[in-house]
Amino acid sequence: MSEESGEEERSFEERLKAARSRQGLDAPPPASGQGSDDIGGVNPWGIGLRVGIELVSALVVAVAIGYGLDYLFGTRPILTAVFVLLGGAAGILNIWRMFAPRPTTRDRGR
Amino acid sequence: MAAGGSIDALGQFKLEPALGHIGASVNFTQANLMMVVAGLLTFGLLWVGMRPRAMVPGRLQSAAEMAYETVLGMCIETIGPEGRAFFPFVFTLFFFILFGNLLGVFPYFFTFTSHIAVTLALTVLVVVLVTVVAIRIHGWHFFSYFVPQGVPVALMPLLVPIEMLSYVSRLISLSVRLFANMMAGHVMLEVFGAFVVMLGSAGLIFLVPAGFSLAVNVALIGFELLVATLQAYVFAVLTCIYLHDAVHLH
Repeated sequence: MSEESGEEERSFEERLKAARSRQGLDAPPPASGQGSDDIGGVNPWGIGLRVGIELVSALVVAVAIGYGLDYLFGTRPILTAVFVLLGGAAGILNIWRMFAPRPTTRDRGR
Repeated sequence: MAAGGSIDALGQFKLEPALGHIGASVNFTQANLMMVVAGLLTFGLLWVGMRPRAMVPGRLQSAAEMAYETVLGMCIETIGPEGRAFFPFVFTLFFFILFGNLLGVFPYFFTFTSHIAVTLALTVLVVVLVTVVAIRIHGWHFFSYFVPQGVPVALMPLLVPIEMLSYVSRLISLSVRLFANMMAGHVMLEVFGAFVVMLGSAGLIFLVPAGFSLAVNVALIGFELLVATLQAYVFAVLTCIYLHDAVHLH
């Protein structure tokens, strides 16, 4: 009886300790967690959809800004054309950010 | 649903006033009602679930604890130790979207996350918060975020606008991802549901393809549950990644 309760207590202590270390002292998780989270789903459909959205969204924002600036300054085609190119480049940059391994980009950044 | 023999796949997203005359007079739609329900469900899960305060949790309590620990772990792992400060925001965001997505799977319920107005508003909130956090922590130094390192100065006029566009394009990519996933799923459900009705009433021979459509719909419901959870998770994780960038810059 006493042995059993002692064992239960110890297992509870262990679990508590595990939970504490998971929340407070998080040494191992960031190294493994960071890379896989970035791509979002593992299935190719999800990756394809994400690539498409990243590529198009930059273009949409760029065209909206270019068109708006053209409307403001009355230079109808010029700024839109410039921003389409910039937006395409930004879309490629988004995708590079998605697939670039995290540590190397961070090293390059510093 | 399939009125007059044609498939009305988008009619399900139409907003109708809810709660009778009072709702109609203040434009309280069923989407707003579902948002309130989602908020109450989140609150209820935590409040009712944590009421026993048992050392060994029951089902609802362990669900509430798992919800708390999962999001807290996500914040700390992705943002870093500073992530604890953003936990309430990410938790609220995650569960608002999760319950919104999951409620939409029930018949006669409404998916408010299938409206771009809702997802874009959430995304604007996230991007504005991220920018404010970055400016508060780093001050004017924040704008160095748009200047890539190790690049000749001559290329800066070209690269800085590209970086800025990439930053702003989060608005669209984050909101469109959630909106498109939810809308596409519900359109598919509607289309196959209409197939079942149309084929089922067309005659005896068409009962086989009608049954096939019904089977597809059953599989789609399961898939919708997966997408609902995954998209809420992706939204929360990306918010955390953006917050990480805001806190640490680069």
